Amino acid sequence: MKLFDKRNSRLTFWLMLAALLLLPFATDALFGRGWVRIVDFAMLYIMLALGLNIVVGYAGLLDLGYIAFFAVGAYCYALTGSPHLAHAFPLLFSDGVHLSFWIVMPLAALLAGGFGALLGAPTLRLRGDYLAIVTLGFGEITRIFLNNLNAPVNLTNGPQGISRIDPIRVASVSLNTTQEIFGITFPSVHLYFYLFLAFIALVIFISQRLEKSRIGRAWMAIREDEIAASAMGINTRNLKLLAFAMGAMFGGASGALFAGFQGFVSPESFSLMESIMVLCMVVLGGMGNIAGVILGGVLLALLPEVLRHSVVPLQQVLFGKMLVDPESLRMLLFGGALILMMLYRPAGLLPSRVRRRELDSDETTAEASVYDATH
Amino acid sequence: MPHTENVLLHASRISKQFGGLSALSDVSLHIQRGEIYGLIGPNGAGKTTLFNVLTGLYQPSAGEFRFNGTHYQAAKPHVLAQAGIARTFQNIRLFANLTALENVMIGRHVRTRAGVFGALLHNRATRNEERAITERARELLRYVGIEKPAQILAKHLSYGEQRRLEIARALATDPLLLALDEPAAGMNATETESLKTLLQTIRDHGITVLLIEHDVKLIMGLCDRVAVLDYGKKIAEGVPEEVRKDPAVIAAYLGQETPSSSPQGGGRGVPGGSAATLTHGGGDD
Repeated sequence: MKLFDKRNSRLTFWLMLAALLLLPFATDALFGRGWVRIVDFAMLYIMLALGLNIVVGYAGLLDLGYIAFFAVGAYCYALTGSPHLAHAFPLLFSDGVHLSFWIVMPLAALLAGGFGALLGAPTLRLRGDYLAIVTLGFGEITRIFLNNLNAPVNLTNGPQGISRIDPIRVASVSLNTTQEIFGITFPSVHLYFYLFLAFIALVIFISQRLEKSRIGRAWMAIREDEIAASAMGINTRNLKLLAFAMGAMFGGASGALFAGFQGFVSPESFSLMESIMVLCMVVLGGMGNIAGVILGGVLLALLPEVLRHSVVPLQQVLFGKMLVDPESLRMLLFGGALILMMLYRPAGLLPSRVRRRELDSDETTAEASVYDATH
Repeated sequence: MPHTENVLLHASRISKQFGGLSALSDVSLHIQRGEIYGLIGPNGAGKTTLFNVLTGLYQPSAGEFRFNGTHYQAAKPHVLAQAGIARTFQNIRLFANLTALENVMIGRHVRTRAGVFGALLHNRATRNEERAITERARELLRYVGIEKPAQILAKHLSYGEQRRLEIARALATDPLLLALDEPAAGMNATETESLKTLLQTIRDHGITVLLIEHDVKLIMGLCDRVAVLDYGKKIAEGVPEEVRKDPAVIAAYLGQETPSSSPQGGGRGVPGGSAATLTHGGGDD
């Protein structure tokens, strides 16, 4: 079955783009402005999940400390875009650093990429569970560092976090303000939505290009069988480091966006639970498949909010009081969803292979689809 | 000793110990360009160990080898693949969840260049390279005789096709030496026969072949020269006709007491390794 021929796919693209551009307005009108903010956060999660997908989905390296790179990026911008450093080093910076976001973000991405390589180097020999444990430790170490680097020199302001981070500016327009363009009012959350949308488009573009390249194939070869990959002449050490670094760069860039958007960062945003959530988005959606990862990100980022806003009123209507805390219900549903997924869709909601088969007009035969359906 | 420039691979005194167990001791051999060189021996004789040393999967405990004019002592697999040694595995190791085409395309990795920037920019050089990779991969699929669509997942191919796909993937690295670890294992007579034809074609195209095989009949009918390993030592080497008559070889396969073979040799099950196959088997060529 061919879902998209060329003209159809172009039409679908424009329709989707239009829907996405209208999404903040529709959300605003239907659910209120708070939900646009929630959608913005979901977008950040999608970006993170797409970055992790390079490490886990393509190269098959189980990384449980991915949120550390997000933290590196976030603190990069928090330190260089806020008055905080003025307190720590009053002689050096009288009013903080206040670098432009557009200078800091590439640097944050590079620094996070460096951290990625740093994490990758000692763990090259590890695989599977062992790698997961070491990366988990790395993530926690990063968070604990951020928590404690307020003494002897107050670098990170410890658990209080860093506040008053400069908003992101696009061509001298601060995204923290409401803008009026062509008579349409764009609140701040709408502006950030479009910024994140542009970044997600960029990340998708990069992921797709990598996936269909010599580098992407080498990653997948390592994922499938590292020994065979090296026997085929793939330098597994370099390519694994590259995967770690590329994934970390996306994490760092998203972190800088997060800091600018929220205007405040603290270590508690970078807990192990966040790493696990991002990993779950990748796994639930379908490892290695961009559309699947996006779907996973949307579902898992929105689910807790939907529950929070529906469970309490629902219980009040049914029982007259709140019996179950939405937070604990969230974990219950989450666990249930994962179990169901293991049973019915072990390769994720949108497994990468099947989809590619559908889209691939070249040499696809009914026979091949039957193979997929029966295996 | 043959002419040096005609020798593609020269292994000298290679030993490999695993803890106290000596899997290979002082094995020396040379493979000439353009020949099919067979490596036989009973189970546990050290054939695959030698193979793994020559392809960089194991580091030898002692000894070294020279390949195409360069010395190697402890080289990584990808370095040897770059140098021109390609291999298959005894237990097929394909990239199971990738397509047949992608498996072969990955074999081209070592002969192509595009990096991250090439992938992102997707410039003319990268596009041309990608096209060349795809074309060559399709060509190789046809060459080894995989008729199924190139987009089929490797794991959905039949057993014999998987073996052929592994050969295609190895050939994609443009090897000088194609090392095959029991390519006929588990194949039926028809499949073995067409494998034999394929290997002869590959040799005729100028690629030297190193072959581990249990099927003595296949070895005898196909190989130009044969080495026999037993308990990690080379006990015989030469043209198949001579090796077949070598008493040490017969003893190794049948477990007779001879000075060069140890007493527990008997009963190590060797498919096709009975006295009858060994002495009469290769006569059909």
